[in-house]
Amino acid sequence: MADNRNRNVGLTALAGALFMLGLGFASVPLYRMFCEATGFGGTTQRVGEAQAATIRALDKTVSIRFDANIERGMAWQFRPESNRDKVQLGGRHMAIFLAKNLSDKPLTGRASFNVEPEQTGRYFNKIQCFCFTEQTLQPGQEVRMPVIYFVDPKMLNDPDARDVEEITLSYTFHPIADQASKALDRTRVGG
Amino acid sequence: MATTADHLQAHDDGHAHHDHDHKPGFFARWFMSTNHKDIGTLYLIFAVFAGVIGGAISGLMRLELAHPGIQYLGKIATFFGAVNPTFDQTLHTWNALISAHGLIMVFFMVMPAMIGGFGNWFVPLMIGAPDMAFPRMNNISFWLTFAGFCSLMASAFLPGGTGIGAGTGWTVYAPLSTSGSPGPSVDFAIFALHLAGAGSIMGAINFITTIFNMRAPGMTLHKMPLFVWSELVTAFLLLLSLPVLAAAITMLITDRNFGTTFFDQAGGGDPVLYQHLFWFFGHPEVYIMILPGFGMVSQIVSTFSKKPVFGYLGMAYAMVAIGVVGFVVWAHHMYTTGLSVNTKMYFTAATMVIAVPTGIKIFSWIATMWGGSLEFKSPLVWAMGMIFLFTVGGVTGVVLSNGGVDDVLHDTYYVVAHFHYVLSMGAVFSIFAGFYYWFPKMSGRMHSEFLAHVHFWLTFIGVNIIFFPQHFLGLQGMPRRIPDYTPAYEKWNALSTEWGYSIVGVGVIVFFLNIGWSLVAGKKAEGNYWGPHANTLEWTLSSPPPFHQYETLPVIDDKAHH
Repeated sequence: MADNRNRNVGLTALAGALFMLGLGFASVPLYRMFCEATGFGGTTQRVGEAQAATIRALDKTVSIRFDANIERGMAWQFRPESNRDKVQLGGRHMAIFLAKNLSDKPLTGRASFNVEPEQTGRYFNKIQCFCFTEQTLQPGQEVRMPVIYFVDPKMLNDPDARDVEEITLSYTFHPIADQASKALDRTRVGG
Repeated sequence: MATTADHLQAHDDGHAHHDHDHKPGFFARWFMSTNHKDIGTLYLIFAVFAGVIGGAISGLMRLELAHPGIQYLGKIATFFGAVNPTFDQTLHTWNALISAHGLIMVFFMVMPAMIGGFGNWFVPLMIGAPDMAFPRMNNISFWLTFAGFCSLMASAFLPGGTGIGAGTGWTVYAPLSTSGSPGPSVDFAIFALHLAGAGSIMGAINFITTIFNMRAPGMTLHKMPLFVWSELVTAFLLLLSLPVLAAAITMLITDRNFGTTFFDQAGGGDPVLYQHLFWFFGHPEVYIMILPGFGMVSQIVSTFSKKPVFGYLGMAYAMVAIGVVGFVVWAHHMYTTGLSVNTKMYFTAATMVIAVPTGIKIFSWIATMWGGSLEFKSPLVWAMGMIFLFTVGGVTGVVLSNGGVDDVLHDTYYVVAHFHYVLSMGAVFSIFAGFYYWFPKMSGRMHSEFLAHVHFWLTFIGVNIIFFPQHFLGLQGMPRRIPDYTPAYEKWNALSTEWGYSIVGVGVIVFFLNIGWSLVAGKKAEGNYWGPHANTLEWTLSSPPPFHQYETLPVIDDKAHH
């Protein structure tokens, strides 16, 4: 009888440990969902045309700075067409980034991104972005890549974000191998 | 305390040669052991051995830090197998040393001593159980821990990227531990954590089952000695936090070797997620390292004050509260990773809340001693040292818990001073307090009280000279994890090494002399050598206890007071 009681408590404890192990792995998608929902760590939002059409522009403006980086060793040139834009809150704007393949073979890259200060992530909405998909450049090819975005006027209601005068939108291009690209489409964060 | 022993069936001397006391041969006894006392002894010997190695590594670090410039790291790099090390490889050796020191002290010294050693020995004895619930799993726990230690030692001699050894820190943060450290060394170090972690989870399951199911008749949860309470809370912390570490470091292994990108931005991952997972484990871990010490100090203070502990239930539930709140404060280790103001406010407030149950414990220890008939035997002296030094470390902890203050102090020597006050003084002093309290019970031989006091004073003075100046260095901005510094910091560093470390070193020698002397010439210990106020169940047995105890279960009286 004592053995059964020990087995029950022992197995219950083991189940607790296995549950926490599962939670450890589950934290990967949970963390991603958390970042998307809250803009945690400067995660930007992705919205459709229909939703974007309902936002009305205000007179108040905010400055947007553009930052472009490539991962070390990637043979691309990557820069914004202009470094800074002054935009109306709620107004739809387009920024252009320029990328050029400096190598003699085709290269595929994908951009990671966020905004700084991080508390503005939940108000920074992208309607279209080159970072939604992979970009393949042929040897020597140069492309102009658009981002269509707006800053949600709700930012003015957030005591932590309403005083922000400048938001930095940052991208970093990472080279990707072909076989890894399929998996990437599933794991992409936000927009 | 929770039980009175005087009316229990005594198993004192003279029962030692009963049939049930038959011991297996040497190999079967020590390598295939299922006896909780033998496994506890193995854990304690292992912890002392690992502690000497970890302590020697800290000696190498203090030597290098005694003066500005790089003097010894090149030689140390060569010892670990580097051939004509470059400057970067030389500095990598520093990273390998701090990583090894941290991992050894946390996983292979403090945890084996407190949980595997004293826990295995005294939880069954104190609750009146014949052994642990799963004796064979107990054996696996120990040997997994040992195998983990071997894996960690192997990692020190293998290529770890920039140089020899795993230079990741005990936190093993990505991306330094993934793309930043190619080579097998970091894999071996991570595997060491897997093995030790698996051993500890099994140990936790064992303790929980033993304490829930195998208490002697009449010993309700609220009559359990506080040391048993402390091990129960610790076991729950282990059970719920270590699997999260296991998940995190498994993802590190697959990121390193199998092309996953859990913590790699290039593939949509986030290195900060690793930090969240690590500290979700790491913060409960720091309570895992101190709670059993709290338990031991409670037993000892009560015994030598000749009073039951003040506020028994408050003491027990303070530990439960520390354990629960310990799970929701982890991001205070990550204030500089870019948390929002509100997040920082929450983690600051939650962290400060922990000072309340901790304060209850310190208050109750002092209240136990207050008006008590104090007898300054070595265990009490060590326990009082622990109470004082842990409080100092607790106060600097409250300072660091402020998100705003931590922006300035993060990664400085102030943090190093803080966690050495709570661990290498709080935890280690309670280990020595427990050691001198129970060594004669375990070995059957009395130690020298004189040498134990000498050991205490040398250690007390030495650790304060080592670590107190580090508060000043940190406030002046000296960064941790860096082997070189501007000459402005030289005075305190030289003092710390030349006086502090040396004095502690002499103390360690006195400790070994004491063990050696007592095993050779120590007086035979009686069953209850501390007198009638040592009144938990282990004192009803002979010293050392019979190989199998409590063939007739002790019965706890209903009227037994707290």
